[in-house]
Amino acid sequence: MKFGILVNEGPYTHQASDSAYHFTKAALEKGHEIYRVFFYNDGVNNGSRLTVPPQDERNIQNNWTELAEKHDLDLVVCVAAAQRRGILDENEAKRHSKNADNIAPGFRISGLGQLIETGIECDRVVAFGD
Amino acid sequence: MSAEENGAGAEDQKKFLYVNRRAPYGTIYALESLEVVLIGAAFDQDVSLAFFDDGVFQIIKGQDTAGIGMKNFSPTYRALGDYEVTKLYVEKESLEERGLTADDLMEITYEDEDDDWAEKSSVQLVSRAELSEIMAAQDVILSF
Amino acid sequence: MLHTVNKSPFEKTTFDSCLNHARPGDAILLIEDGVYAAVKGTAVAERVAALNGDLSIYALGPDLSARGIKDTSLIERISVVDYGGFVDLVAEHDVSQAWL
Repeated sequence: MKFGILVNEGPYTHQASDSAYHFTKAALEKGHEIYRVFFYNDGVNNGSRLTVPPQDERNIQNNWTELAEKHDLDLVVCVAAAQRRGILDENEAKRHSKNADNIAPGFRISGLGQLIETGIECDRVVAFGD
Repeated sequence: MSAEENGAGAEDQKKFLYVNRRAPYGTIYALESLEVVLIGAAFDQDVSLAFFDDGVFQIIKGQDTAGIGMKNFSPTYRALGDYEVTKLYVEKESLEERGLTADDLMEITYEDEDDDWAEKSSVQLVSRAELSEIMAAQDVILSF
Repeated sequence: MLHTVNKSPFEKTTFDSCLNHARPGDAILLIEDGVYAAVKGTAVAERVAALNGDLSIYALGPDLSARGIKDTSLIERISVVDYGGFVDLVAEHDVSQAWL
């Protein structure tokens, strides 16, 4: 089956991103297709490569990045929500005259249309948030 | 423009329901949910919105945000008709629990192209049981 | 239809709202802090036990364990699933609503 995953909260404060990650892994293990993981609201903060959690703690961003590399996942951060919260890729940084970007490997920034498309294309959409 | 005119027959459409259960301003969920609705309107799907629990506070009259320095986005709900988003279900029980009636809600209307562009209300009051039926009939539920 | 609830019933009204809208034949999966609704002898346990038998209620095992909740302290009608079981529940139901 084709699954779409929606993550609406950032890392660490809420369990949402962890739950979404474990769900995504389990779905892949069962042979389902993950069409896209869409990060919205504070969920866009999962896509910052500048987090430095203590070494004995899980690294949520790395977890997503590694899972994306292993399974060729499409991790999409909503551009409008990302701009509000300071998550930028190189293009966005340039366009808004910011001197740095911070998008993590494996994530890409795109529009909300990608969420709607996920709803249209997928058999199931599962949301995680607060 | 109707879905048919765009070449997308109703059988190609999915039923999308946006569930609004949270009050505006205290958190960003109401505003960012509305942003999804506006973008989603371009995709010619069968779209409805449900307002229940604290979500009914999103569409009450007389919102004035001047004192909190935030944008009053409530007028945007009134523009939804222009985006062909014309089904806004509001749960009666949620209104009653909060001491509200339909008169406390903003007038949100659309022009019905199938009825000589007559102006009609987009807001439909439904019971809790009716809302449950509506939810069960969806293909995709996005709840923020 | 599958409902997921991730809030403690003692802090938020989310679980209550979910129960008010769930229909016979639906499934409810308690995850994260939602699993506190699965425990026997609490203020919400009676309501959970008395729910329509056509409503299936599940709790996510890893979230129960993390919170120190043993299977023996669960309300009888609750079934425990792991993340794989969560995936199966989503697949088995046409649509899911996350009660955020």
